[in-house]
Parts: sequence; C-alpha cells; structure tokens
Amino acid sequence: MSGPERLAALPRLPHDPGGPVFAEPWEAQAFALAVRLSEQGYFTWTEWAAALAQELRAAAGRGEPDDGSRYYHHWLAALERLVTAKGLADPGALLARKEAWAEAYRRTPHGKPVEL
Amino acid sequence: MHDHDHDDHQAVPSDLTLRVKALESLLVEKGVVDPAALDALIDTYEHKVGPRNGARVVARAWVDPAFKNRLLADATAAIAEFGYGGRQGEHMVVVENTPTVHNLIVCTLCSCYPWSVLGLPPVWYKSAPYRSRAVIDPRGVMREFGLELPDEVEVRVWDSTAELRYLVLPERPAGSEGMTEEELAALVTRDSMVGVAKVTLAGGTA
Repeated sequence: MSGPERLAALPRLPHDPGGPVFAEPWEAQAFALAVRLSEQGYFTWTEWAAALAQELRAAAGRGEPDDGSRYYHHWLAALERLVTAKGLADPGALLARKEAWAEAYRRTPHGKPVEL
Repeated sequence: MHDHDHDDHQAVPSDLTLRVKALESLLVEKGVVDPAALDALIDTYEHKVGPRNGARVVARAWVDPAFKNRLLADATAAIAEFGYGGRQGEHMVVVENTPTVHNLIVCTLCSCYPWSVLGLPPVWYKSAPYRSRAVIDPRGVMREFGLELPDEVEVRVWDSTAELRYLVLPERPAGSEGMTEEELAALVTRDSMVGVAKVTLAGGTA
C-alpha cells in the first residue's frame, strides 16, 4: 500500500493536505512505529486499521467524545495490543520497561543522558 | 552555560510518552525495528507538530515591541497568547540574538526541544555529535550549518531540560522593513530559532 493509500485506510486520522499532524512528539513516534512494523511485515496495514478501529469503537462505547483529541491514545492502545498479540513483546515486559524508564528519569541528573 | 536552578534530576515524562518509549526500546532491542528507520520516518513529519508556530512568535516580536518585551520577560505567558503551549508544564525562555550576541540551543541530555513552537526536533538535534559538540565547539557546529560568526560576537549556548526550553529570537534581516508580520513569519526558519542559522530575505523551509 502506498503512503496516501495507507492514510486513506484510516479515515479519522488527524491530517492536513501534507499528511498526518501530531499534537505531541510521542504521537509521531507511535505513528512511526506502526508504519515501520507494518512495512516490515509484522502485520498488514489492513490488520492495523482493524485493530485501531476496534479501539476507537471501544472508546465510543465508553462514551468518550469523538473529537480526535484522544486519537493517538487509542492508536497507542491498539499498537500495544497488536504487538503483544503478534508475540513481539509481552505485556509484562512492556510494563516493566515503562517503569524502568520512569525510574531512569528520576535517578539521572541533568546533563547526563537518560539510560536504562 | 546557564546554571539550572531547578531540581537537578529529570522530570518524568507523561505516561503516554513512557509507554511509547517502552515499546520502542523493547522492539529495537529485539531487532524488530531499526531506530534509524524510525528516526527517518519521524523526520518526515518534523514540520507537522506545531508547524510555523515559532515563526509567528518571532515575527510578532519583530513588529510589536510591547510583545517582544513580554516575550523576553516571560516567554511561557507571551507564547500562550497565541494558544501554543506544552501540556507538561515546561517553561519557555526566549533568548535574543543581537549584533553582538548569538544564542544556540541544545539538549545535552536527550532531545528536550520547544516542540510546541518548533515542532519535532530534527534528527541532527537529537544526535550525539550535536549534543556534545554544541557545548564544546559551538562555532564549529554552526560553521557546519554554514553560519560563520565574527570572533567579536559572543556565543551563548543554552542547555534545555524537560522543564525549561529555549527558543532563539533571531535578528530581523536587513531589508525587511516594509514587510508585513505574515511575510516576516514566512522568512523565519526552524534552524534560525535553534540558533544554527540566521534569518535571511530568502527564507527557507528548515
């Protein structure tokens, strides 16, 4: 699937005529991860669109406003779910790694790179 | 160098940021994704986060002296007048270039960047060579960007943190006197607001 076709498969993606737009850097990182994993064949873009649609539907079911403000929250949830479903990482490892990063930020003095 | 007077450990980023970092670092570690390929992809979108916001702030400061005073006194509040602002409470400081002082911003730690006004950091800003050399040899770094400063110009390097982000207010280019605020904003490049370039009448996209 070409870039524009890929984006067209995600009808509610926040975008402008030049492509997707992001409110914060993590959103672009999450976007890039999904694109890259799909490009490498870990899942198809159709699978990705379905996983994302499922998260969006679940959010709507919880009564969340559908104004796009939480689009990438759902994107990230879908990505975590698909990555674990494909056996690329397990949920426990993701949680442990997240805590490890938080701890690394807390203990690293300024001027030093944050490393695990 | 600026002395940081805040807590000298890092602010922990948002839960969402940490989740993305966890995913990315685990997948990179397993060899599932190549970090360079991710960076290249993200670089494609670097102008897509808060595009042109910083340029509007700079152009306003050039045409409105009262705004410029507010900007230099309290950049966070002045930038908020445009509706731009980080969601994690980071403070903005604007440093002004003059004929005798040139400012350069860096984050020696990682990639702290005033993204609410400049968008996503370019790959070079996040690179280890820029982060280390901007402090040790700022003139050499600027020369690589094609910016040669006379010896008598004082260079000040500002090290960003998660809580404190800098933006350079570049000098208004000579010959731009008759231009509107909007025309001026079109001249202001990202690189000029990081301090690795000057604003010229030719403008540019970076």
